[in-house]
Amino acid sequence: MESKTITITIDGKTYQTQEGLTIMQAADQLGFHIPRLCYHPKLSIEGACRVCIVEVEGVRTYVASCAYPVMDGMKIRTNTQEIRRARRDIVELILDNHPQDCHTCERDSNCELQRLAASMGIRKRHFEGERKKYEKDLTSTSVIRDPNKCILCGRCVRICSEVQKVTALGHAHRGFQTVVMPAYNMPFRDSVCTTCGQCINVCPTAAFVEKVYTQDLFAKLNDPSIIKVAQVAPSVRAAIGEAFGLEPGRAMEREIAAALRRLGFDYVFDTQFSADLTIMEEASEFLERFQGKGKLPMITSCSSAWMKCVEQFHPDLLENVSTCKSPMSMMGALVRTYFADKIKKDPKEILSVAVMCCTAKKYEASRPELMVNGLPAIDMVVTTREIAWMFKSAGIDLLHIKGEDFDEPLGLSSGAGAIFGATGGVMEAAIRTAYELYTGETLMDIELESLRGLAGIKEGKVTIDGKEIRVAVAHGLGNAATVLDMVRKDPDRFHFVEIMGCPGGCIGGGGQPYAGINSMPLDEECLKKRAEALYGIDRRKTIRRSHENPDVQRLYKDFLGRPLSAKSHQLLHTHYKVKEPRGIIPQELKVR
Amino acid sequence: MPRRYVITLCDGPTCIHKRSKELEAAIETELTRHELTGRVSVNLSGCLGMCAQGPVMAINPQYTVYGNVTADDIPEIVSSHILKKKPVARLAIDEDHLYNRFFRVFGDINFFGKQMRIVLRNCGIIDPENIDDYLSVRGYEALAKVLTDMKPADVIAQVKTSGLRGRGGAGFPTGIKWELAARQKTDEKFLICNADEGDPGAFMDRSTIEGDPHTVLEGMIIGAYAVGASKGFVYIRAEYPLAIKRLEKAIADARRECFLGKNILGSDFSFDIEIRLGAGAFVCGEETALIHSIEGHRGMPRPRPPYPSVQGLFDKPTLINNVETWANIPVIILDGAEWFSSIGTEKSKGTKVFALAGKIKNTGLIEVPMGVTLRSIIYDIGGGIPNNKKFKALQTGGPSGGCLSEDYLDTKIDYESLAAAGSIMGSGGMIVMDEDSCMVNIARFFLEFTQNESCGKCTPCREGTKRMLEILTRITEGKGQEGDIERLERLGNLIKKASLCGLGQSAPNPVLSTIKNFRSEYEEHIKQKKCRAGACTALTGYEITDKCVGCTACRKVCPVGAITGNPKSRHFIDQGKCVKCGLCFDTCKFSAIKKG
Repeated sequence: MESKTITITIDGKTYQTQEGLTIMQAADQLGFHIPRLCYHPKLSIEGACRVCIVEVEGVRTYVASCAYPVMDGMKIRTNTQEIRRARRDIVELILDNHPQDCHTCERDSNCELQRLAASMGIRKRHFEGERKKYEKDLTSTSVIRDPNKCILCGRCVRICSEVQKVTALGHAHRGFQTVVMPAYNMPFRDSVCTTCGQCINVCPTAAFVEKVYTQDLFAKLNDPSIIKVAQVAPSVRAAIGEAFGLEPGRAMEREIAAALRRLGFDYVFDTQFSADLTIMEEASEFLERFQGKGKLPMITSCSSAWMKCVEQFHPDLLENVSTCKSPMSMMGALVRTYFADKIKKDPKEILSVAVMCCTAKKYEASRPELMVNGLPAIDMVVTTREIAWMFKSAGIDLLHIKGEDFDEPLGLSSGAGAIFGATGGVMEAAIRTAYELYTGETLMDIELESLRGLAGIKEGKVTIDGKEIRVAVAHGLGNAATVLDMVRKDPDRFHFVEIMGCPGGCIGGGGQPYAGINSMPLDEECLKKRAEALYGIDRRKTIRRSHENPDVQRLYKDFLGRPLSAKSHQLLHTHYKVKEPRGIIPQELKVR
Repeated sequence: MPRRYVITLCDGPTCIHKRSKELEAAIETELTRHELTGRVSVNLSGCLGMCAQGPVMAINPQYTVYGNVTADDIPEIVSSHILKKKPVARLAIDEDHLYNRFFRVFGDINFFGKQMRIVLRNCGIIDPENIDDYLSVRGYEALAKVLTDMKPADVIAQVKTSGLRGRGGAGFPTGIKWELAARQKTDEKFLICNADEGDPGAFMDRSTIEGDPHTVLEGMIIGAYAVGASKGFVYIRAEYPLAIKRLEKAIADARRECFLGKNILGSDFSFDIEIRLGAGAFVCGEETALIHSIEGHRGMPRPRPPYPSVQGLFDKPTLINNVETWANIPVIILDGAEWFSSIGTEKSKGTKVFALAGKIKNTGLIEVPMGVTLRSIIYDIGGGIPNNKKFKALQTGGPSGGCLSEDYLDTKIDYESLAAAGSIMGSGGMIVMDEDSCMVNIARFFLEFTQNESCGKCTPCREGTKRMLEILTRITEGKGQEGDIERLERLGNLIKKASLCGLGQSAPNPVLSTIKNFRSEYEEHIKQKKCRAGACTALTGYEITDKCVGCTACRKVCPVGAITGNPKSRHFIDQGKCVKCGLCFDTCKFSAIKKG
């Protein structure tokens, strides 16, 4: 349907705009920035905070510009004395029920509420009174919920139900007692939360933050008796610059390696190396299944939130999930074995730290079946945000540090390992390798455009040796659910499915830097630029296929034997089990 | 055997509270004893409205209404009225009209004289659980007429011409709402009857459904035909078990008689109704919250537009009206839109049902034509203020209505006039206050309710009402500060204009209207720390004056032993011990105790 051009008046001036837009959308296009808080372009309209109110002639009340459609001849006032005062009073009311601890808060200087209050010019408080008092929920491995900081904008509830379709969060109680919590106020640990951390990304305040390990890590880094080993996920390098004020899209690969060494790590390895290794295993596993040994479609398994999600919500498809561990856990396993042997150290003396774009990796690190010889594969996971803060705290200037290479023998990576971080990247990397493993010929046209970009579900086809392989790529757990329904409906529709738990893939992970002053969390432009940074790394590499990585080849030759060998299975593969979603049905009501 | 007598026992909430159930048993016993079972039928009816004189029962065909009946009176009523055809004069309501013919001529009792019963036309008259009773009073005739003689557009035209406006409170023209819903082109449309009556003390909708459930159903079926809806829901609170039971029976009976279901009355038109129970959240009376609740979500409102008529239940066009609105429809169809629009004022047509409560002689359920003055309701129908007290204020529209002072008593009941006076029509609560009511305390009381019932979604309502309540509480506790009135006004006006839904937009009304009409009381509380009504405990004290004759009554009644004094000499109150319960004040026969 073509939208009609209509005429509206904003603050006394007449403008042309399109029918079907909201007042806020029309105003944005015309260069009016109406203040806002609960609004998020990716989520449904809540209309809850009332910060974006404007006056519309003929309407008795103020209207929320995020929700109200423009109409022909509408006269809108966005900036009268009265409306400014009303907005300011509303923000004041929010502040009156919010802890006044800005300078000790995680989100200090990065808080949407703080910025809003500043722009409102709130200098005095008029209505102070009782404040909410709740316990923090510290039970989750990954996400801390602090209802005292919550301003009930509902973004977390919406992203969890609308984008992720997990619905771990909801509003409970009424009026002043309203609070966002998991069902039955279950501890987060026991809820259906997949620990993806998207609630952290969209939260305008510090009501959701990751479980922070920075102080523990600083303490360990000062301990000379242990070997400190770090690995860095691809997406960290694509986004960490934002935490230092750079525009999104600047890759900081070698800078991170140098900075981590300066922070005190003895060895800095690259998760892109183990991504190459994952591809070797995963492509081999796929070809096995493709040739009749195992269930199709094969579904990827490297996203930790997705792991929990599939075990809870899609147990019927567990056999379809690849047994490959994630690149992080593969690296962890190698550090405790292959690497420990190499440097002739007791694996117990090694501190294995993963720097990840992800909060769910903290959960993955706690999964008992991923232990290696009785030791956790990963001792500590810190997010992009945490490591950026540590750099700043240690006086490491990431913008001016001289770049260094990752350490051998787990530091060299192909371009295929880099693109793991963007949605479609794993599939693209796997196809590059599977093609050659199957046909013996090198795939020349390696950039699979149909699998790139931010469409929720992407489908593609490749022909390998005359056989058509149909693939699908989904990012975000909501899209994943849709793809799985497609699979259930027609099990032969796809051969290979890539699923990433977060919107955009790992580059949109729950541990990435907060949105800047002029951007919104999950902004598509930002995600595209981060993805482009990874594709740029890929293009600049001479080695762009995982199986061509000489260190991977050496690893197989010296240690693992071949993909899917007994040793590989022991160290690089895992299993899944059905998890009964807790937090949906209370224990006492459960019928077995 | 033909039935000769019909005893109708009011089964409204007040009468039940006043032990009407005991009467039912006593009547059965008496009838059995006199072997009258079968010759006398006993019906339970919806609220007769005369709650102040409950339990109430009526005996037909003598058209006698008895009030304040106890189980002990039953043998006399049966032996005298039924066996000897001699009504019991001492129990008949309104001594001046011994043989009051309540059902035939309402005018015989003052309480009914000024009333006009359209919505409640069958309440208390027919057996609500008997579809034949409804059919005998032209029940479902309007539906038959609509299905045989009228096109959907004609029905909508009639409703538009009638001038009927939404009785849920906001007063949106019903016909226009119907027209909008009818205009939507989709595969499916829904229809909802909003029976989520949440105002404390209001029981208009409950009584309508309990007394005449088929009227509501008939209105809904006609509405469904007009807009093309295939499925209807009655959203009713689970606290209304009797209404639910009767509604369930009425739906089953209507289905059996082909008024509901497939091919209604042999026509092409099919429509069915289901009941959905609400858990009692006040906000679920707001239409979008109600829709969320039916969908299985938390009852929270969403911004409009889109209006439910365009996008409502399960995102389909949904026509949603209140119980009372639906109950008007059959009458409009039967007696004509012109007739209906001849009742009432220029912009508000028809009648309105009110639950009259508070400091008034005849509390209960009334229905009056629009345009009647508040004075007439209070003094003619309500019988004025009891105990020779002075009228102080009238609150209309439930907990979020405004309080009007004596200056507004000649206001005519209609949507616009009440709004202009600073109150609302609301769904029809009406509470009378006398000089013993403190307006600050009353405002605090109502705001406490809405504050508790706020859904917590939008900032102004969630946070703002809390702050207003804190300020009001401190004023009533004698801790009011300079500037508190202005703070209340500032917050009140903000909440009124910036809130998401009607709950928030009307929540400050009791406060803003009492500030406007009774500002001096606020100032007294804040500046002089005085509550002239003596209702704010912290600001009230009792003192024994020299009128005291030393009768010792107050000393005996004081629960904390704060009063000392010898017989026949003046007594004194120890202010340190006094808990300000007021018992001494109430007990003193010599007006020797001063409050304030």
